[in-house]
Amino acid sequence: METVPKLGNNVPPKKDKLQGKKKKPRRYWEEETTQTAAGASPGPPRKRKRNRELRPQKPKNTHSTKKSRISKKPQVPKKPRERRSPGPQRSLSGAQDPFTGPAPVPVEVVQKFCRIDKSKKLPRSETKIRSRLEAAEAQEEEISVKAARSELLLAEEPGFLEGEDGEDTAKICQADIVEAVDIASAAKHFDLNLRQFGPYRLNYSRTGRHLAFGGRRGHVAALDWVTKKLMCEINVMEAVRDIRFLHSEALLAVAQNRWLHIYDNQGIELHCIRRCDRITQLEFLPFHFLLATASETGFLTYLDVSVGKIVAALNARAGRLNIMTQNPYNAVIHLGHSNGTVSLWSPAMKEPLAKILCHRGGVRAVAVDSTGTHMATSGLDHQLKIFDLRGTFQPLSARTLPQGAGHLAFSQRGLLAAGTGDVVNIWAGQGKASPPSLEQPYLTHRLSGHVHGLQFCPFEDVLGVGHSGGITSMLVPGAAEPNFDGLESNPYRSRKQRQEWEVKALLEKVPAELICLDPRALAEVDVISLEQEEKERLERLGYDPDTKPPFQPKPKQKGRSSTASLVKRKRKVMDEEHRDKVRQSLEQQPQKQEKAKPMGARPSALDRFVR
Amino acid sequence: MKVKMLSRNPDSYVRETKLDLQRVPRNYDPTLHPFEVPREYVRALNATKLERVFAKPFLASLDGHRDGVSCLAKHPKSLATVLSGACDGEVRIWNLTKRKCIRMIQAHEGFVRGICTRFCGTSFFTVGDDKTVKQWKMDGPSYGEEEEPLHTILGKTVYTGIDHHWKEAVFATCGQQVDIWDEQRTSPICSMTWGFDSISSVKFNPIETFLLGSCASDRNIVLYDMRQATPLKKVILDMRTNTICWNPMEAFIFTAANEDYNLYTFDMRALDTPVMIHMDHVSAVLDVDYSPTGKDFVSASFDKSIRIFPVDRSRSREVYHTKRMQHVICVKWTSDSKYIMCGSDEMNIRLWKANASEKLGVLTSREKAATDYNQRLKEKFQHHPHIKRISRHRHLPKSIYSQIQEQRIMKEARRRKELNRIKHSKPGSVQRVSEKKKRVVAVVK
Repeated sequence: METVPKLGNNVPPKKDKLQGKKKKPRRYWEEETTQTAAGASPGPPRKRKRNRELRPQKPKNTHSTKKSRISKKPQVPKKPRERRSPGPQRSLSGAQDPFTGPAPVPVEVVQKFCRIDKSKKLPRSETKIRSRLEAAEAQEEEISVKAARSELLLAEEPGFLEGEDGEDTAKICQADIVEAVDIASAAKHFDLNLRQFGPYRLNYSRTGRHLAFGGRRGHVAALDWVTKKLMCEINVMEAVRDIRFLHSEALLAVAQNRWLHIYDNQGIELHCIRRCDRITQLEFLPFHFLLATASETGFLTYLDVSVGKIVAALNARAGRLNIMTQNPYNAVIHLGHSNGTVSLWSPAMKEPLAKILCHRGGVRAVAVDSTGTHMATSGLDHQLKIFDLRGTFQPLSARTLPQGAGHLAFSQRGLLAAGTGDVVNIWAGQGKASPPSLEQPYLTHRLSGHVHGLQFCPFEDVLGVGHSGGITSMLVPGAAEPNFDGLESNPYRSRKQRQEWEVKALLEKVPAELICLDPRALAEVDVISLEQEEKERLERLGYDPDTKPPFQPKPKQKGRSSTASLVKRKRKVMDEEHRDKVRQSLEQQPQKQEKAKPMGARPSALDRFVR
Repeated sequence: MKVKMLSRNPDSYVRETKLDLQRVPRNYDPTLHPFEVPREYVRALNATKLERVFAKPFLASLDGHRDGVSCLAKHPKSLATVLSGACDGEVRIWNLTKRKCIRMIQAHEGFVRGICTRFCGTSFFTVGDDKTVKQWKMDGPSYGEEEEPLHTILGKTVYTGIDHHWKEAVFATCGQQVDIWDEQRTSPICSMTWGFDSISSVKFNPIETFLLGSCASDRNIVLYDMRQATPLKKVILDMRTNTICWNPMEAFIFTAANEDYNLYTFDMRALDTPVMIHMDHVSAVLDVDYSPTGKDFVSASFDKSIRIFPVDRSRSREVYHTKRMQHVICVKWTSDSKYIMCGSDEMNIRLWKANASEKLGVLTSREKAATDYNQRLKEKFQHHPHIKRISRHRHLPKSIYSQIQEQRIMKEARRRKELNRIKHSKPGSVQRVSEKKKRVVAVVK
């Protein structure tokens, strides 16, 4: 890692340079101490001594100890070394211990795992509660440091594609990539030529191992696309509008012309759900076990697939619904409408949580990235826009495409794919959290038919494209998260593991009512009901038990407790309180005056009369 | 062109043979673990529900006594041994692992008023209504020998309680006065009185071992120092205190079981306000005992139930009752802090788990990790209304349930009356006294 200061640096430390002539062979740990060890062996110089004395004085507060473990500027290798130099404890023989505690952890990595907002101040509360809060905060920080340390253990590195200087990566065609990469990766690129049952929708399972696709003319198939083993292939003899895996690859929901059907992995029809009719789009919320369906009749219906009940049927009142996507961060459904708005829905509310006016003219496609911060939309006005979903809903960037994109998809690492006609464009950003920059495409590819469905394969650098000519599996280096979590979604899981995971997942099925814009809201203090409770308590008691009682002087020793002195002491406290009040009000006043003054205006002679 | 594709070697993700463990690579990136909070909440909810499902605290009932159980004592060295005294003067020694009586002694005529073990566990003392103090060997008599006490002290008055010093060969009895005895002598080395009244219990402080506390029927709690000839100080409460118990971890804290249905935790240094009033019982509290951790205590009440209170909470966290259990006279928390014993009027000693849903026996490390994790989750989400409702719910016998309702109404009426009085009198003329201060009548030094 770049952050760990390398002790065997090429640049020798200054002291050695000064010493010059005498060059003893050095051990790698004797970087800075050779001089002192040779020159002043009976006692180290005073400065060092002081440092050594300082060393054991560890700050008692756990808070600050945690802080000190994080290096502030990991990019500069010098600083940690400086910080470290006084540190090494030396044994009697004079040798230094080069390993002075845990290695520093870069701040950004810790930030990624941080769950608490440090900018928010702790509320004023009792010392007992406050100390508990502080302890909890310190613990959280320790956890995030530990999690950041564990990053070192991740086995895989993400892929990348770089052109030689001046070379545009968008010009690199798939055949070149296939030729350049290893055989195993090259096998991930394939074309299924299925012209007969024309345009295809496709869906990868959550582990990224399985692929299901359905053609407009009734062709439905599911396969393990890595081994190319076919699981089932049927023709439903009806138009297939959309297809989606449920929580595991064993179940498959197919939106057919009339009703919604559920098949198992052998193609056997398990259910026909007649309450969901004329479905155009499907979305599965894996943690809530909800299948969201958008219908031609304008209804957004949530079907709980674990119990087979319809949880909510919401009338969007916007006509035919055919653009739908989910926000994987908070399970909110985004619907695109023909009037250019995107509305955000949760099954707990009859009304949309938010409506965003995105385009002039209708919305053609919507996609949300895995962190839930960015939403990409494309409209009939040929614009492609990226919105910030964290509160403001403002467009971050926009770009006009000559044809306009009909399909959009985000990858796990934040790459954006857009299908325009028979061309797929992919844009990349700086990292996972940054939006893709729309100036220069990262990759482009022309297909043999018009794009009808797009999805990045989870945990593989592959983009699946369904089009009128069949299915194409494109190679997109750097698209996927390289390190999966074995307990969450494991592409290599055995049948037994899958069964156990299924039981666990069903046990912790999140109730549909908890879907809201901020999924962390449940961990925060419910201030509104707290205030309400406090109000009710005051009403019930008839007085405020928390008000400070008037000051009562304590009786003093004999002779000191005369009435006059009692009054004097009382007066003293009263005056002090009064002074405090005045001081506070004075502190507030000047701020107001400063605000009132116009900024940047030239001072006028008449200003002196302004009060 | 430089290109690298994500290409995993399946061998490093799949186990080699069937005998291996499955490989589970972890990545703690929060984006791979969405809905962290809602999922934890659901887990906490499930854990809370399961806790209630598995809450089966009753373990055993030890029957054999032919009259109500009046006192209990723990063995200081053996977890499995328990001593109990009954109202017919019989003392029984029980083995908890076998759940059997291993020895019985007709110790006194009339009640066995008090029983205590010596700190070394070799002998125990009983006092009874027949004005005697008897010392017995812990081991039974050998074959052919008669069951006889080691020593018998004949007193002048009835002794109502006894407690042994925690380190020295000294014990204290109470009756009309508090007597401190040397084990070797037949007369007390010191006897202390403050006023004239019958003292119902005396307890040695387990940490500051020369300190004693006693409670008498003239509503007071008196503290003594063994090294002085006179008592230290006393606090007078509204109603009579039945027993007190010292906190085994904090030397200056003790809890008093009061007739007014409440328990009062006092700080010895400031007796004018109790640290906490523990209220949940609906009848007089007869006995109290601390857990060895000093974090909780258990109380036995005349309302046929026992309750477990955290020291810093005014409401109980647990209530135990059975259909057959009558007025509970005495209660003890075992020294491994896992079980609770209570002796009641209908001649039985009952054994309960201190933590109602705890799984007994050896836990595997995975089980242990899972319970720890669930415990943490329950703590984290304990204030959420749904979880709070489930974890607080207890089934109560109808008599207790209706009495709680009744007492709530009475309390509300009293409070309303006080508010009205304040409202309709000259401002400042009626002082509002806090609930804690109200209960303490006086502190005398």
